[in-house]
Amino acid sequence: MPLYYDEDQAMLAESAQQFMAEEGAIAKQLRHWRDRDCKDGFGHGLWKQFAEMGFTGMLVDEDDGGLGMGHVEAGIVLEQIGRNLTPSPFLSSSVLAATALKHGSDDVRGRWLPGLIEGEKVYSVAIDEGAKHRPETIACKAEKSGNGFRLSGKKDFVVYGASSEMIVVAARTSGSDSDADGITLFAVPQDASGMSHDSVRLVDSSMASHVTFDGVELDGDAVIGEVDGGREVLNAMLMAGRVGAAAEGVGVAQGAMDMTVDYLKQRKQFGKLIGEFQALQHRAAHLYSEVEIARAVTIKAAQLLDGGSEKADLMASVAKAKVAKAAGLAVKEGVQMHGGIGMTDEYDIGLYMKRDRALQEFLGDQYYHAGRVAEMSGY
Amino acid sequence: MSDLESFRAETREWLEANCPPEMREAVRDEGDVYWGGRNAKFKNDAQKAWFEACRDKGYTVPEWPKEYGGAGLNPAEGKILRQEMARIGARPPLSSFGIWMLGPALLHFGTEGQKQRFLNEIANGEIRWCQGYSEPGSGSDLVSMQTFGEDKGDHWIVNGQKIWTSYADEADWIFCLVRTDKQNKYQGITFMLFDMAGEGVSTKPIKLISGNSPFCETFFDDVKVPKSYGEDIPAYVGEINRGWDVAKYLLGHEREMISGAGGGDRTAAIGAAMKRNAGELDPVLRAELAQFDVDALSYAAMGEKFLDELKVGKAHPAQPNMMKYVGTELNKRRHELMMAAGGSRALEWESEETSGGKPSRNWLRTKANSIEGGTSEVMLNVISKRILDLPGA
Repeated sequence: MPLYYDEDQAMLAESAQQFMAEEGAIAKQLRHWRDRDCKDGFGHGLWKQFAEMGFTGMLVDEDDGGLGMGHVEAGIVLEQIGRNLTPSPFLSSSVLAATALKHGSDDVRGRWLPGLIEGEKVYSVAIDEGAKHRPETIACKAEKSGNGFRLSGKKDFVVYGASSEMIVVAARTSGSDSDADGITLFAVPQDASGMSHDSVRLVDSSMASHVTFDGVELDGDAVIGEVDGGREVLNAMLMAGRVGAAAEGVGVAQGAMDMTVDYLKQRKQFGKLIGEFQALQHRAAHLYSEVEIARAVTIKAAQLLDGGSEKADLMASVAKAKVAKAAGLAVKEGVQMHGGIGMTDEYDIGLYMKRDRALQEFLGDQYYHAGRVAEMSGY
Repeated sequence: MSDLESFRAETREWLEANCPPEMREAVRDEGDVYWGGRNAKFKNDAQKAWFEACRDKGYTVPEWPKEYGGAGLNPAEGKILRQEMARIGARPPLSSFGIWMLGPALLHFGTEGQKQRFLNEIANGEIRWCQGYSEPGSGSDLVSMQTFGEDKGDHWIVNGQKIWTSYADEADWIFCLVRTDKQNKYQGITFMLFDMAGEGVSTKPIKLISGNSPFCETFFDDVKVPKSYGEDIPAYVGEINRGWDVAKYLLGHEREMISGAGGGDRTAAIGAAMKRNAGELDPVLRAELAQFDVDALSYAAMGEKFLDELKVGKAHPAQPNMMKYVGTELNKRRHELMMAAGGSRALEWESEETSGGKPSRNWLRTKANSIEGGTSEVMLNVISKRILDLPGA
């Protein structure tokens, strides 16, 4: 398979680009909701439009009413989301939760998928327990209780958690905290009694919850996949989410770079366009190289994931780490090359820096993933 | 089974039958590389058998047309062959500047007569070529070159000096930039082809910091170069005085080649091998290796994407400059880390254990990567101008 978009994918890229530039634009979405102090952090109207575009259920199997597309396609949409800093639950709902739900029973899929596909419902995922992403350790407990389970513990960085009709929760049903086995995934509905959200606004204006489960009673049919066999589902979710976050990061990097290169062609100092200075040209050219490479490895990881390759896990970590480096460079160079104006709230380049920071942390930062690459490679 | 799947199956079978086990081991030194040419010697029977099998199949240049010695593979088939060769670690059967550089230039600019003769000679490993570009006063500013060919009607008399001519002392022929109009900087250069055995051509190897001498100074002292080698076989590529167009086209191929975009050692992760050699890695070195492996594996994906796009004309024409810049900087970093992981053993200059100082000599050799074929700084200039469209000269 060649490592570029085929005809259908190129068409999707074109329509996603156009749609997001118009409907998902920074002024229309990110600033609009932020400046109104919106408690959701995103617009439900846009989420409906995502459904009309076919984005919400793109990873859902056709038999379940979705489009049955792959992670290359989801990445195409995410790159445009990143480029426009469009706040949306797409990554949490349509990539992470949708990947988990694929493993659910007919009942679970029938209960949750239609609302997602129609853009009526928003879902999130609860994985982290603490300020850093450490999914190898899961302490949040679900104990047998009657025909169901009783869930207790805490989760952090549950993005858009308080706005979600359902949260996919990774909990321990047996073994000790750091065991690979003994994990079960649950679809926890919004109205579950005993679940409380401490919802906080993050640096990028997105919303995330610290979620507490205080003896939440769940029916047996809340289980996604096999009891004690959730690690496999969790890993599938993580791979999908990491590749998706990488794709969004490529968009953030590209958006920041485009803004900056444009600025180099407009701003004059010392009687010259600053883009004439070789000191800036070389840094811009280096940045271009890094962004191109980040995109290539992200598409590669998505292709491997879609093909069911055993290398997908490694390359998902490579992509997440590489994109973090490239996007981090793009936003830092972006602010520096913009000079003073880059520090103002009025100018968008700072918004890229903020989004990049949050996205870097989501599902593991570059240090976590570089370490993982070393471990998986045997050193 | 689709055509491509059956091609893969056939290729796998053919490689199994024709690639000797010795030719599936990593290249250890220069003797493991077969360059062809009039004076070529095979290191062993396996090298000979592998070369001949590929030559007969058209696999020394698989994507060239059959009439010029190739196998006429399309891009998808070419990729499958590369993948299958990489899978078993097969060495290239023939390496040469004819394959990497002159060949692509002739395929693009050559006459039918030139293609018939020179491409077949390259594909069959009969003639080993070298490249005469740089001069002592013309490095990054290549177009300022002064080697001059005086027009004598049916021939030129060439005088001047080239430098950094790779393996000039072992080459049979040279493709050479020669000034044929002193008044015209860009449109006064002719891309000539001539025999290194001719009178007035001499070479002198340059000893490098690695202690090796892969490059030469090449001197032309009243060298007579005929304008034609027969019907439809001019002694120059493209038009007289328009050799800069060919040179620029070819520099793209050179940069692509140096970039290591095609995979192999240049794009591999190294952390695991360093750990095996060193036993234990300092934690900070381990972290650096992990960062390097992230970059190397990402660059491998970029190489794949770049080549895929190149084959179907989707790549930006200046993209080889980016590949060359990143690939060579990465390779320098690779060898710095290998030296660090290797410790004092890697410092040995002549010992048997290091096959004659291979780690340190290779490390030093990589320092030329970001200089030869256009410096990193020139690459960044080209990216700024041609891809990012930044203003200024």
